[in-house]
Amino acid sequence: MKIGLYPGCSLEGSSREYAESLRAIAPHLGLELEEIEGWNCCGASSAHQLDHTLSLALPARILAQAEKQKFPELLVPCAACYNRLASTKKDLANDASTRDKVTDLINMPYTGVTSVQNILEVLNLVLTPDVQKKIPAAFPHKVVCYYGCLLVRPASVVHAEKMEDPMQMDDLMKRIGATPLDWGMKTECCGASLSITRTDIVGKLCGNILEDATMRGAEAIIVACPMCHSNLDMRRKEIERVTGKKFSIPIVYITQAIGMALGLDAKSLGLHRHFVEVSVHGKNKVQQNVSSPSMAAVS
Amino acid sequence: MSRIGVFICHCGENISATVDCEKVAKTLASMPGVAHSVDYKYMCSDPGQSLIRSAIKEKKLTGVVVAACSPRMHEPTFRKACAEARLNPFLCEMANLREHCSWVHAKGDATTDKAIDLVSMLVEKVKRNKPLFPIKVPVTKTALVIGGGIAGIQAALDIANAGQKVVLVEREPSIGGHMSQLSETFPTLDCSQCILTPRMVEVAQNPNITLYTYAEVESLSGFIGNFTARIRKKAKSVDEKLCTGCGECATACPIKKIPSEFNTGLGMRGAIYVPFPQAVPNKPVIDRSRCTYFKSGKCKFCASKCPAQAIRFDQQDEIIEIPIGSVVVTTGFNIKETSFFPEYGYGKYKDVVTGLQFERLLSASGPTLGEVKRPSDGTVPKKIVFVACTGSRDPAKGIEYCSKICCMYTAKHAMLYKHKVHDGDAYVFYMDIRAAGKGYDEFFRRAIEEDHVNYIRGRISRIYERNGKLIVRGADTLLGAQQVEIEADMVVLATAAVANDGAESLAQKLHVSYDAHHFFAEAHPKLRPVETNTAGIFLAGACQSPKDIPETVSQASAAASKVIGLFSNAELTREPIIAVVNRTAPPLFSTCVGCFMCQSACPYHAIEQEEIKTREGKLIKMVAKVNPGLCQGCGTCVAFCRSKSIDLQGYSNEQVYAEVMELLS
Repeated sequence: MKIGLYPGCSLEGSSREYAESLRAIAPHLGLELEEIEGWNCCGASSAHQLDHTLSLALPARILAQAEKQKFPELLVPCAACYNRLASTKKDLANDASTRDKVTDLINMPYTGVTSVQNILEVLNLVLTPDVQKKIPAAFPHKVVCYYGCLLVRPASVVHAEKMEDPMQMDDLMKRIGATPLDWGMKTECCGASLSITRTDIVGKLCGNILEDATMRGAEAIIVACPMCHSNLDMRRKEIERVTGKKFSIPIVYITQAIGMALGLDAKSLGLHRHFVEVSVHGKNKVQQNVSSPSMAAVS
Repeated sequence: MSRIGVFICHCGENISATVDCEKVAKTLASMPGVAHSVDYKYMCSDPGQSLIRSAIKEKKLTGVVVAACSPRMHEPTFRKACAEARLNPFLCEMANLREHCSWVHAKGDATTDKAIDLVSMLVEKVKRNKPLFPIKVPVTKTALVIGGGIAGIQAALDIANAGQKVVLVEREPSIGGHMSQLSETFPTLDCSQCILTPRMVEVAQNPNITLYTYAEVESLSGFIGNFTARIRKKAKSVDEKLCTGCGECATACPIKKIPSEFNTGLGMRGAIYVPFPQAVPNKPVIDRSRCTYFKSGKCKFCASKCPAQAIRFDQQDEIIEIPIGSVVVTTGFNIKETSFFPEYGYGKYKDVVTGLQFERLLSASGPTLGEVKRPSDGTVPKKIVFVACTGSRDPAKGIEYCSKICCMYTAKHAMLYKHKVHDGDAYVFYMDIRAAGKGYDEFFRRAIEEDHVNYIRGRISRIYERNGKLIVRGADTLLGAQQVEIEADMVVLATAAVANDGAESLAQKLHVSYDAHHFFAEAHPKLRPVETNTAGIFLAGACQSPKDIPETVSQASAAASKVIGLFSNAELTREPIIAVVNRTAPPLFSTCVGCFMCQSACPYHAIEQEEIKTREGKLIKMVAKVNPGLCQGCGTCVAFCRSKSIDLQGYSNEQVYAEVMELLS
């Protein structure tokens, strides 16, 4: 399956390991990623608070680029980017006058033919029974899946089947042999962009999430959003300050978990980039040995 | 020569604002055959009708065209006015200038011209109208009541006590409906079964009521006063005449683990069972989909233990046909499935139950004999949360309407819980409290003030389990949307009330309309609340919309009074808009050639074959004949007739062609 890729800023910076692990697992899943050319910022959390037209024009330009480069499908791994692109697509589809205004502004034609896919949708397609057969029970860990907000809300944009009780990530985890646990925080707020301005709030909210996950005996929290990952992984000091408790549970991107199940080495999955040590691993321990020269040969 | 009177109505400004009524009247006055043409502000008013009556007498009119609103509004008014002036009412027609012209077009000459066309067409038609006379049809004085819940029971008893016959059909093995499942009833807290079971027994004993349980309506044909109902009596596998209701068979049945429908899955039943101890009739049925004998051909334990030898494994479904004069639909409601609220954990956590399940836990006849116990471990819950509006008033995920009964039954649940568990805490999360009804607001206030139930205005976002407790997270919107988290032992969801299973297909079988939510539609939301758009079919209870017991019972009595009123006539009159096969003088007798294409075309089986014989009894020819009691005036036979021998009275080919020619001229 060939698909266009829009990395966005996070996957080039604070969440490099998300991009690295995605690129690492792609060939094993028969996924051919092609980064679109000339992409720009999606506007993320700030544009739509400042200027409504700008918040549509930025994602519209990305979509127009994808169209121009003839990508019928565009994979957007970052949940925030995905949400902005999907929202824009919906708004422009329903409102011709805004569409005209935006196409004037970006000075590019836009028809809306490119379909915007999030990471869970794409993984669901490519993590086929054939792939599963090759890696039976390869990630034997109790995990909790944390969806956050942007992958499942708002319902009118995202069309998540069960907005309040999403199960796509849980299902993917089962396919690689993990045991997803029932827990209460799968769509609670992590504090998102308050990560920079109000770390005390992030500390409290993320503390709730880590506490519930730990209490249920989860060995890792699986995420698919760079912001969730940053808050839960990077803000441990703040979390400890606010809650007065220490948590050691690692935060793992879904692509990293699949990579470990495939037996890929830790470095290629960017596991060494985490603040909290990743204590879970695939059944095949080769990837534990970061310095091993033969690590890439597995799978 | 025709002498037609034309009466143009202004309908206040409804017509005259866009149509030049005076011009229409003047133009029509010069049309051949028109003897009188006037316009007037309100033709339907008493002076307006007087205009018509006096013109008929003074100008010796032979026909009348009233150009006003839709004939659905005022045709009866004007036809009656004509009849009063000794003109056959079927010589009066209406041109619809309001809905078909003035309301849908802007003011202008074209609009007035269209109005003139519409009236001229009717003038040409009325010139060819013939006097017609209403048809009298007999009334079968038996009512069919579909559904044996409290609505059906009440309607059946009222009709039967007025001396008329009733056939009551219930698809479950017993009558009683949802009311028989309830513990106590608001706002008086009297035991539901104590007040219901005497009525159920009365139904069984009333000689005017024929009760068919475990039966469903297959089809309904005919028309008001003269329906035929086909009823499928599902095989009970038990000979009811022999069965004494001793219960030996149920005890003998080796299968004990079938979730009981009556106990909402909280209790178990066997494959041969009586749904509950006070069931009427108190005779068991075999659930063939669950019975070992029907699945594997072996067992028959029940038959071997039956002292009356009443078990009949070879019994077949039986279809019976019953002539019926009127129908009351009382099929009730159901509660919405909970899968659309996965975040509340119903199905995942045993101690999250629906309101109907909680009724069974409170009921003395329930699985816990009336003690409030958790389904998971049988312990008494010390902290319990009630969630009102689970799915109701929620266009995003549930249904947009209010289920109406939940505010009251939730207050009742919380109150009964507090009466049974004195040291327990009860919380109710609500949107608004809708307690309009006699004694209702006082009742819910009592829950707060006397029984100390904690009412929190806000919604629940999530329920999940932590260390054996159900964590209920919500917001208190009266405290600035402050987050609330309650560690509960049990949660009761007041799930939305929805139309019963199969409501849509039943509505189609009966040819009555239903709304977007599959509730049966009343003929008028205010003025005809228990009638349907199909004459002779009435509604009562929650099949029309969610409603509580008092309202259901009043509606059932109202529907019964409609039936009794209908049955008080010796015969009914029908409009004579029916098909007629022509008859001419001998030797032709009729232009009908006896091909009987019409007979195969008629959807109502209203066409018969008639033999025309000589005085000596020798057959001359066979011709078609329309049964006026069955004909619905659809006109299909007219289109099929090759020799043009059939005409629809009031809409003959000649009349319709004249209208069209006038429009084209």
